[in-house]
Amino acid sequence: MLDLDQYSCLGAALRDALDRWPNETCLIEADRDRERTRLTYSDFKQVATPLARALQDADLNPGDRCAIIMTNQSKWLASAYAIFQIGGVLVPLDYKLSAEEHLQLLAHSKAKFLIVEYHLWRAITQSPEFKSHRLKIALVTEAPPTAQLNGGYRWEEFRRKGEPNVVARSRDDWACIVYSSGTGGRPKGCVLTHGNYLEQCKTLTAWYPFWPGVRYLSILPTNHAIDFMVGFIGPFVCGACVVHLRTLRPEFVRDAFVRYKITYVTLVPMIVKNLERGVRANFDALPGWKRFLLDRAIALNKAFTRNRPNVKLSRKLLPSVHRAFGGELLALITGGAFIDGATLQFFYDLGIPIANGYGLTEACTVLTVNDLKPFRADTVGKPLPGVELRILNPDSEGIGEVAAKSLTIMSHYLDDPELTAETIVDGWLLTGDLGRRDGSGHLQLFGRKKNMVVTAGGKNIYPEDIENTFDGIAVKEYCICAANYLWSKRELQGEKLILILRLDINQNFTDTTRSEIQSRNQSLPDFKRVAGYVLWDKDFPRTASMKIKRDDLAAEIRNTVHPSSVKEL
Amino acid sequence: MPTEVKTLNEILDLAATQFQVPREKLSPDDDFFKTLKIDSLQALSLLTRLEQHFNVELPDYELQGVSDFRTLAERIQARL
Repeated sequence: MLDLDQYSCLGAALRDALDRWPNETCLIEADRDRERTRLTYSDFKQVATPLARALQDADLNPGDRCAIIMTNQSKWLASAYAIFQIGGVLVPLDYKLSAEEHLQLLAHSKAKFLIVEYHLWRAITQSPEFKSHRLKIALVTEAPPTAQLNGGYRWEEFRRKGEPNVVARSRDDWACIVYSSGTGGRPKGCVLTHGNYLEQCKTLTAWYPFWPGVRYLSILPTNHAIDFMVGFIGPFVCGACVVHLRTLRPEFVRDAFVRYKITYVTLVPMIVKNLERGVRANFDALPGWKRFLLDRAIALNKAFTRNRPNVKLSRKLLPSVHRAFGGELLALITGGAFIDGATLQFFYDLGIPIANGYGLTEACTVLTVNDLKPFRADTVGKPLPGVELRILNPDSEGIGEVAAKSLTIMSHYLDDPELTAETIVDGWLLTGDLGRRDGSGHLQLFGRKKNMVVTAGGKNIYPEDIENTFDGIAVKEYCICAANYLWSKRELQGEKLILILRLDINQNFTDTTRSEIQSRNQSLPDFKRVAGYVLWDKDFPRTASMKIKRDDLAAEIRNTVHPSSVKEL
Repeated sequence: MPTEVKTLNEILDLAATQFQVPREKLSPDDDFFKTLKIDSLQALSLLTRLEQHFNVELPDYELQGVSDFRTLAERIQARL
């Protein structure tokens, strides 16, 4: 791989990678069983350089912000490369958000440029809020020939001959603004520097290396911190190859493992669980004698890999299992949400090492990863080199809030000094997660101090972001809190949101109000819905500026309301 | 080309069969994640079944932001 200590910015490192491995394949893009694109590093340069020049000629100046809203595909990475070459700041947005949410975040990030897939652009332009957008240029990919682009330009035609004037950035300059949450509430735009990414890439690839020939299957959205690092920056600075699929249906994902001989893949816990169910069902369908042999092979594999993975041996002991994963899988990476130890152990026992870790967008990508020396299913691994962890105010069991210090910690939240000051204190990132270090340095997580939930699909949901859905319901006041925040339950599975309702004096909670709340709740995407409600008989404690004092309210509820009083919605 | 009502009814029939839910329990404006008790991956498998039935190719994004049978039927109808 490149020696990243030599570089001051991502643009320079990526540019050198393209020159260093011109004939290696860097990208494969498949749609179902059809391969649509295959690019070498040299081809990639030919695609991205004219775009960089055209963006520069269109006045994308150093420090200007350019958003990308796309599903995982080659044009995503080519666009990001082009932005970095000319000193732009990338704003990767989640393509699964609604058009209104996209417009909110475009406005908050002050993006002047946007690169977007046609179907998403169509939805954005149909939004009533589109009229007030402040975009200077929108580049639209894959638009049908007759499509009206509402002022957008075709990405495929937005090219200029000649090299752009490459703009060097320092390690402290902004590389990306990544939103960890905040649509509808208080946007949390994490400003991550070139130094953050270079450091993260160096330490992560020291434990999980890429090299030419490695194939990474990119399934998590590239706007997500994990895929941006292990599905773009990491593979590219090592000469490896990224495989994109235009459909994520399980049957095509399974096929891709075999067809492209995948080396690494990152999956969110929900998909890992789904995979486990599928594999177990296949095992259960085996005839008795085959199942007996399989169980013996698994037992042998467990014995031989107790201290360290031995993938070559595991492939010999369990050939049919490994063939189903393409035969060359070195590790399955998982993160972004809680995953239970039994699932991790299940795959490890089959000889498929699982690199589970823990991180936050605020810390670039990851803070801790399982180093497999030996594999531990009960922890989220050890801190990466350069990461210091502290447990703040530990209780009698050693459990307290996890704080982290590292060169990967973000610069600040965009335009929110108050939230930044609450989150980064004396250089320590206060994660809001509760954990404990064990004797061997592994970190175990137990719950959250902060008022939020993480779904099994890896989505962070902050109650403030969905409260406005219930604006105007017939109660005196209301707010939403995470159940674990109210009752400090020490677990991270099945996290729920609770609506706290304060009625007017002498007001009854009627069926009409309940129906209205249910209807509003149904209008939210399923993963954002509130699970139940509590009727609270006091006014909410508030600050002088009338903000709800959530910590105080949660403490009062904790002391007087039993979790069993929550009524389902 | 089938009418939108016919498309919608065929979707409801297929969903009922695929996820073994009584057909009479499904109605056009139901949130199919809730009624069928399925997650987003299972919803994608329903899309595959619908592609085979209607003989069209449906990109994954046609499911984005859709959670009721009626909107799904509109999206499919537009591609027939």
